[in-house]
Amino acid sequence: MSTLVLVLLTGIGLGALYFLVASGLSLIYGLMHVLNFAHGAFLTLGAFMGFEVARRLDSTSWWAFAVSILVGGLVGAGVAALTELALIRPLYERHIEQVLVTVGLAFAAVALYEGIWGSDPIYIQAPAWMRETTGVLGAQVPNTYWVLMAAATALLISLVVFLRYTRFGTIIRAGVENRAMVTALGIDVRTAFLLVFAIGGSAAGVGGVLAAHYTGYVSAHLGSTLLIFAFIVTVIGGLGSLPGAAIASVMVAVLQQFANYYLGGTGDIIVVVALAGVLLVRPSGLLGRRFA
Amino acid sequence: MTAAVAAARRIPVPLVVGVGLVILMACLPLLNISVPGVLPTPTYQPGTLALLSLAMIFAALALSYNMLLGTAGMLSFGHALYFGAGAYGLGIGLENLGVPLWPGVFVALIGGLVIALVTGAVSMRVSGIPFAMVTLAFAQAGSVLVRRNSSVTGGEEGLSLNTAGVPDWLVGVVNTRNLYWATLAVLLVVYLVSVWVDRSRLGHLARATRENELRVRVLGLEPSRARLLVFVIAALCASLVGVAYMLLQSGTVPRSVSADLTITVLVIVVLGGVGYRWGAIVGGVVYTILDQRLTVLAGSDMIESLPSVLRVPLSEPLFILGALFILVVMFLPGGIAGTVDSWMSRRRAGSAHGDAEMSDDAPAGRIEGAEQVLETAGQEARS
Repeated sequence: MSTLVLVLLTGIGLGALYFLVASGLSLIYGLMHVLNFAHGAFLTLGAFMGFEVARRLDSTSWWAFAVSILVGGLVGAGVAALTELALIRPLYERHIEQVLVTVGLAFAAVALYEGIWGSDPIYIQAPAWMRETTGVLGAQVPNTYWVLMAAATALLISLVVFLRYTRFGTIIRAGVENRAMVTALGIDVRTAFLLVFAIGGSAAGVGGVLAAHYTGYVSAHLGSTLLIFAFIVTVIGGLGSLPGAAIASVMVAVLQQFANYYLGGTGDIIVVVALAGVLLVRPSGLLGRRFA
Repeated sequence: MTAAVAAARRIPVPLVVGVGLVILMACLPLLNISVPGVLPTPTYQPGTLALLSLAMIFAALALSYNMLLGTAGMLSFGHALYFGAGAYGLGIGLENLGVPLWPGVFVALIGGLVIALVTGAVSMRVSGIPFAMVTLAFAQAGSVLVRRNSSVTGGEEGLSLNTAGVPDWLVGVVNTRNLYWATLAVLLVVYLVSVWVDRSRLGHLARATRENELRVRVLGLEPSRARLLVFVIAALCASLVGVAYMLLQSGTVPRSVSADLTITVLVIVVLGGVGYRWGAIVGGVVYTILDQRLTVLAGSDMIESLPSVLRVPLSEPLFILGALFILVVMFLPGGIAGTVDSWMSRRRAGSAHGDAEMSDDAPAGRIEGAEQVLETAGQEARS
């Protein structure tokens, strides 16, 4: 019983991490039809910056942790906004080129990180509580998972509030629904593009700092692995659907953890099989609208 | 697509140039040509022959990828899976089944074919960007499988070629020349397959689907089957290249199944020019030599003496290649071949006005076509 609870809760925690990455991807794709391969690079940069900041302060203290989260989010938002302005915007409506540019950016960024921080993982320190566990129904759940869950819940709630109750949120939702109509109404969707990129980037940056605490280290390839799972999550959840991404994140991660524990570490393969299954039954994903 | 192109293809000039190039390449191991700064040693020595063979491997792989992206307009991120299937298939066949070389090659190709059929059929449930993501996921699963099952694939260490079943003339540094010729033959085969696909009914159907899938469907044709067929043919070519790679390097590492390799091939195709067969070859050669030269440059004293702001980026070859790639996508949309081609047709336009517009090798046409496929997908999603 306690094992079951442990596997379930760690699955949900991992799903929270996936959601931090997938939410931005899904929003960006929904509004702009851009598949952002550089999302993993934003995440890695957030992780490195958070690490650098925490290292200069006292990395075992809580406020250093809080500052590193903040810095990760800001750096992620900043670099994502810059990417949108410098690389995505000039290629307006040329979707394949936009994808290629983000691929090139991811390629170059990982090489640059390796040049700066080296190719070996750097182990990080955290507040003591983060290294401990909390007992739930007999299961000892590492506290990082609770932090991940809290962060993802906060992100989901703030995104829902933002999308539902603010003017920009309304524009973004309308843009996902029918961008041509929004433009025809005289609204400049480009601001919304920039905003969506910045939001996605900051979620990825925060996700990077937390991912570093989850794995225990930072490395230049931290983002690449997570990005692939985030892709799988967005496709299963339905591209452009935020609730879809949330549900699929948890489903995929829980499935992965269960398979890793009970089926001899086959989690990664099971996830891809699940992806194939969803595509065969429902090509548009769980909550996605129909696409060819 | 019209008579003008058909007529242009009958002109044997490109054929003469192509045959000449192949003969020149075939003679290189027998000649003593030094190209300082580009090739490490004179052409008859193993160092240069190995580098050129690797360049041809990349060129052939890029050609096979060009069938997907250039002809059919499919942006796949899983092409390395089939390359890896070829390489690992041969390695596993020789090691675990204990078969000689040729049955081993056969096993590797069949393996690649089966994997391509299954993954292709599933990924083709979606198109455009989702297709890219799904192919990436499959390649990732392949990569994980290779890394995990270390008893069969050697895991992170990689798998080295069991030379017991390989004929002596294909083993060792002494025989780099023979391997070079074998690689050249593989490149030639992939090129001929690529030409055949482009000129066949299948290629026409795939291109038409790339331009406007809905119209193809309305005409009563079956676009998905044509796409799957192009996908499988391209994958099979990639497996063949993987087999050649395995023989050339006498081993393979998990990187040959990874998304990194696919992205490298994508960079090569875009650098060379999407939709141009000779562009893919030029891209492969330029990329390999650039990669090798930049690595040498990275270790040079000139870079060491620079301040760290410049030294760190310049000592990472992949950073420079990535930055170069971004610049090409943004400012040189046709890549090397597209730019040369539009420059040539502009010159020709002086004498024969209007020909340039008729050519289906017009630089922007290819990639915009692929984009249109995405647009159609998008429109259907909105409707």
